[in-house]
Amino acid sequence: MSSNTRSTQQHYVAPVEETPLVAIDAVKAEGKPSNLWRDAWADVRRRPMFWISAAIILLVVVVALFPGLFTQVPPNNDCQLSNSNAGPAPGHPLGFTKQGCDIYSRIIHGTSTSLSVGLIVTVLVAVLGILFGAFAGFYGGWVDSVLSRLGDIFFSIPYILAAVVVMSVLSKYASIWTIALAIGIFAWPATARVLRAEILRVKNSDFVMAATALGVSRFRILLRHVLPNSIAPVIVITTISLASAIVAEATLSFLGVGLPSSIMSWGNDISQAQRDLRTAPQTLILPSIALSVTVLSFIMLGEVIRDALDPKARARR
Amino acid sequence: MAGYILRRLLQAIPVLLGTTFLIYFMVFAMPGDPVVALFGDKTPPPQVLEAVRERYNLDKPFIVQYLLFLGGIFRGDFGISFSGEPVSDILARTFPVTLQLAAIATVFLAVGGILIGLISGLRKGGIFDASALVVSLILISLPIFVVAFTAQYIFGVQLGWFRTTVGSGAPIQDLILPAMVLATGSFAQIVRLTRASVIETDGQDFVRTAASKGLSRRRIVPVHILRNSLIPVVTYIAVDFGVLMVGATVTEGIFNVPGVGRTLYQAIIRGEGPTVVSFVTVMVLIYLIVNLLVDLLYAVLDPRIRYVK
Repeated sequence: MSSNTRSTQQHYVAPVEETPLVAIDAVKAEGKPSNLWRDAWADVRRRPMFWISAAIILLVVVVALFPGLFTQVPPNNDCQLSNSNAGPAPGHPLGFTKQGCDIYSRIIHGTSTSLSVGLIVTVLVAVLGILFGAFAGFYGGWVDSVLSRLGDIFFSIPYILAAVVVMSVLSKYASIWTIALAIGIFAWPATARVLRAEILRVKNSDFVMAATALGVSRFRILLRHVLPNSIAPVIVITTISLASAIVAEATLSFLGVGLPSSIMSWGNDISQAQRDLRTAPQTLILPSIALSVTVLSFIMLGEVIRDALDPKARARR
Repeated sequence: MAGYILRRLLQAIPVLLGTTFLIYFMVFAMPGDPVVALFGDKTPPPQVLEAVRERYNLDKPFIVQYLLFLGGIFRGDFGISFSGEPVSDILARTFPVTLQLAAIATVFLAVGGILIGLISGLRKGGIFDASALVVSLILISLPIFVVAFTAQYIFGVQLGWFRTTVGSGAPIQDLILPAMVLATGSFAQIVRLTRASVIETDGQDFVRTAASKGLSRRRIVPVHILRNSLIPVVTYIAVDFGVLMVGATVTEGIFNVPGVGRTLYQAIIRGEGPTVVSFVTVMVLIYLIVNLLVDLLYAVLDPRIRYVK
């Protein structure tokens, strides 16, 4: 083999000076072969939106894991009704809630609730979505019919409504886990549909046929060849579903069928502040800002990843 | 055509059965006493518990209960609300309001979203495009109750342009603010869909041909670009109509709009479980029927759809 070909390349490419024109199928021999993930990373790296959203997400994660680094004020025990809806005071930069609790401390301590619900739902949605989508798309036939119809049924119930019903029944057991379960059980069909469509496209590729010809088992083809090549859109939709799950938890808590008031949550704080909108709007607006900025950063991250993984979206930019 | 409609109707049956079964199953197949669970922390008087048990035939086997429940739905009997009024009567009163609200929101979406998406697409990469992207991302990120309260505070309390609550018998212009709030959730999607579609159409050969024939940009944009870009956008808006009707629960609750959503909202807030179940069932049915109608409408409008699958 000449140095003009890469080890995996079977055909010889004539050196440029031997051919009248520049060899049309010349491939750059040195340098790493390009692939989707490397290209995506190169693209993502150049976008300020990626760094901004990544920085906010990092901050949110650190706040959720170590709230003690950011505030020494206990969110619940130190409340004095004499401070009800009061403005900022020394040591209490954002003022007080109606119960006279420190708003800043409550926002800091509520972070882990939102993030945990978001993460549990995302894992649940990814697992269910990948299982249903992969089997339906890859095996086709009656497997596809059964799984897709099942998905249609779950898809036809808007998941907030479904979660309202589940949480009304489970109100005695309301916790981060039950609320995540209530949201996740109805949020997966979107992921399954996206993956199924992508697998239908990928499974007819030449490399799948090559693997079949080599005698690789069907399940192994799905696991090693088809799934890794179909997973990109799932990652995009998963990032965005994390944001939707955080919103869903806040909405359910706002409606009063979410987390019990003993659990610190932005949705609970917003719900409790709604009656004082006229007199003390800051008690409502501050936790809303925390909620919205967190959601925005995950949505921005999802956008950047979508643009990077989808060449068509890149062209539209 | 008739074949397509029939097939689409037949496809809807398992989904209808499946969704009602799922809702019923979630409520009444849970371990423990479902009736007590539905009331959460509250302990209703024993007569109420007895009435609910009787209403849902809870002494019979589960599958019989479900079939009786389903039979009720087909007869238009969705149960009785806590105030003793049949749910179907409440629906007859509240549904037109929700329909109006969703229709006004759709008008805002269609006009505003398409206009902004068109300008963004035509001036791709410009300042308008960049700011539209940022604003639409922010709108997606704001939970609807945050938007609702902010709008209520700024336009209702501070500026006094709108009344903060609507109430029953209010004139239709009172629905404008809630409709705008309701529209924000889907606004970003419409803007971006229009933008992407306009950019794609703008690159097509027939647009270049029109330009080379010497047509002015002022004629090319509405006639050649916009009209051809609207197909996916209109589809999305139609499907979104169902989402808007069902998604109005929080908005109607906050603005006190006397629609279906507010009834559900109040039932949730008061912890009236059986009423919640009735209204969620109703809303899922509304959602399914709107989607079905949209699909059928498309088969009429676009002949290509009938041949797919």
